[in-house]
Amino acid sequence: MSFSVNHLSLSVGRKVLLDNLSFSINPGELVVVLGPNGAGKSSLLKVMSGEHSFSEGDMQINGASYRHWSVGDIARMVGVLPQSSQLVFPFTVLEVVMLGRLPHSSGRVRDAEIVKQVIDRVDMTHLMHAAYPSLSGGEKQRVQLARVLAQIWEESALGARYLLLDEPTSALDVAHQQLTLQLARELAGKGIGVMAILHDLNLAAQYGDRIVMLRQGAIAAQGSVEEILKPELIRQLFAIDVSILPHPVSQRPMVVML
Amino acid sequence: MNLQRENRAQWTMGLLGIFLLCTLVVSVGVGPMSLSLSDSLQVAISRIGLIELNVPPHVVVVVESIRMPRTVLGMLVGAALAVSGAAIQGLFRNPLADPGLIGVSGGAALAAVASIVWGGTVLKPLHDLLGIYSLPMMAFLGGFITTLLVAWIATSRFGTSITTMLLAGVAINIVTGAGIGIFTYMADDAMLRTLTFWQMGSLGGATWDDVMAAATMIMVAVVLILRYAKSLNALLLGESEARHLGVDVGRIKVAVILLSALAVGAAVAVSGMIGFVGLVVPHIVRMSLGPDHRYLLAASALLGALFLLLADMLSRTVIAPAELPIGLITAIIGGPFFIGLIVLRARQGGGL
Repeated sequence: MSFSVNHLSLSVGRKVLLDNLSFSINPGELVVVLGPNGAGKSSLLKVMSGEHSFSEGDMQINGASYRHWSVGDIARMVGVLPQSSQLVFPFTVLEVVMLGRLPHSSGRVRDAEIVKQVIDRVDMTHLMHAAYPSLSGGEKQRVQLARVLAQIWEESALGARYLLLDEPTSALDVAHQQLTLQLARELAGKGIGVMAILHDLNLAAQYGDRIVMLRQGAIAAQGSVEEILKPELIRQLFAIDVSILPHPVSQRPMVVML
Repeated sequence: MNLQRENRAQWTMGLLGIFLLCTLVVSVGVGPMSLSLSDSLQVAISRIGLIELNVPPHVVVVVESIRMPRTVLGMLVGAALAVSGAAIQGLFRNPLADPGLIGVSGGAALAAVASIVWGGTVLKPLHDLLGIYSLPMMAFLGGFITTLLVAWIATSRFGTSITTMLLAGVAINIVTGAGIGIFTYMADDAMLRTLTFWQMGSLGGATWDDVMAAATMIMVAVVLILRYAKSLNALLLGESEARHLGVDVGRIKVAVILLSALAVGAAVAVSGMIGFVGLVVPHIVRMSLGPDHRYLLAASALLGALFLLLADMLSRTVIAPAELPIGLITAIIGGPFFIGLIVLRARQGGGL
């Protein structure tokens, strides 16, 4: 079981946005997608979340072709955290998170329990009854994360679950960046396949199992964190000079800008 | 779930229902010929066969053939306009979208006017075929085509812009206004009276035939729209978010647009252009119950019915024995309300 893309390509007009990508997200691992601006990270997420169709190749979830699944089925397996949200209507935090239970019919009592738990996990319990539009950007992002968590919180009869995160840390302060990725890590520990688009190389190093490095719509490299975070490759992709040191506590690679 | 809001919603809807019933009874009694409460109640109850009728026959006629159909029609039209307003606002994620403002009512009215003026000539086969439903069906078609047009104009690959939608509405209202103007030149004297009535809106002259024609279309549309409450909630998050939650966005969009056009078309066909109900009513409900469509839609139906009954009672009494068109009353209330909303949003820096 996995969420895999095989020889996936997407062109809009003459422009090639994604060029022959193949990789997979396995249950229980956190895959980080990195790459300079314009490398195709967002396009990839849009295709994988079903928002864009793809021109060539194939996508499979849990052994069946993407097209085989209905929208409702996919919603019971795949949660997607968008980069920003357009919600302007005064739903409360509780009501927004409750929307995450929409694909399920688990009953209101169970739904309410799950919603309480996930709100607590993103540290928003004190603002549970606040109106969503009145929150700060970071708080909104955490509420959206809770909504997506509520969606994939319980095991699915359809197979493994997946979580796609589009720059989940972009609006967050340092503490909540850590909190969010720890949560993603923990979900992976529970058997969920997580894919996160990140910009911060050190967050990728700290939390990722594998890295998929994109450049101009194609995969420049993929592999374990240690294999990918090399000064040579980073210079090629981002045009910066770095040195890789072992992290003093975790011993994982740490990227230091020179 | 959110118990506080849920309790409040149930209370509010209960109260609205009771108010609506009281207003219904009062509404039957109010007008150029004032009837006592007991008279109108007697007529109603005697119909069910409970008591002997003890009121003069002309009172029976007024109640049964004039006041009752008018009152029922008012409730139907109010509910139709308020619910489609709320649904369209949810669909386009903007509380300023109103069937009147974005031109849907205008499109429906133009088609209705065409149906009257051309009824005996160009559109005769259609009239013979559809009978009392031909006018509401034409109005529905007009409303539907206009909704599609507005949605098409306002939607680009960046999403749906409400500013563009309102501007398109302004333009469409100008064009449909001109269209109706042209038809008035082609109309004879008898048609002219009906046409003026269409442009300002009125529930006067309502017959049980009107009620039947409108009731079927409006009830079907409203009941079906209520079924999309949860999907509309998800759509408030954004179209992609709704899709990720398993909502078939394309289908919901088409269904809601179609059903709103059906409700608005039926309403316009029997009562002409009554503006701002779809703007004012859902807004008031949202302020008290929040944006959850499971409550918003149903409560809007009740409040819309109540609002239009009250407006109609005003229209019958302000300059009695003459009548003020109800569309003028809703516009006098709704216009300033709309300006207030725009000012508020601009001050908050939200734009449209």
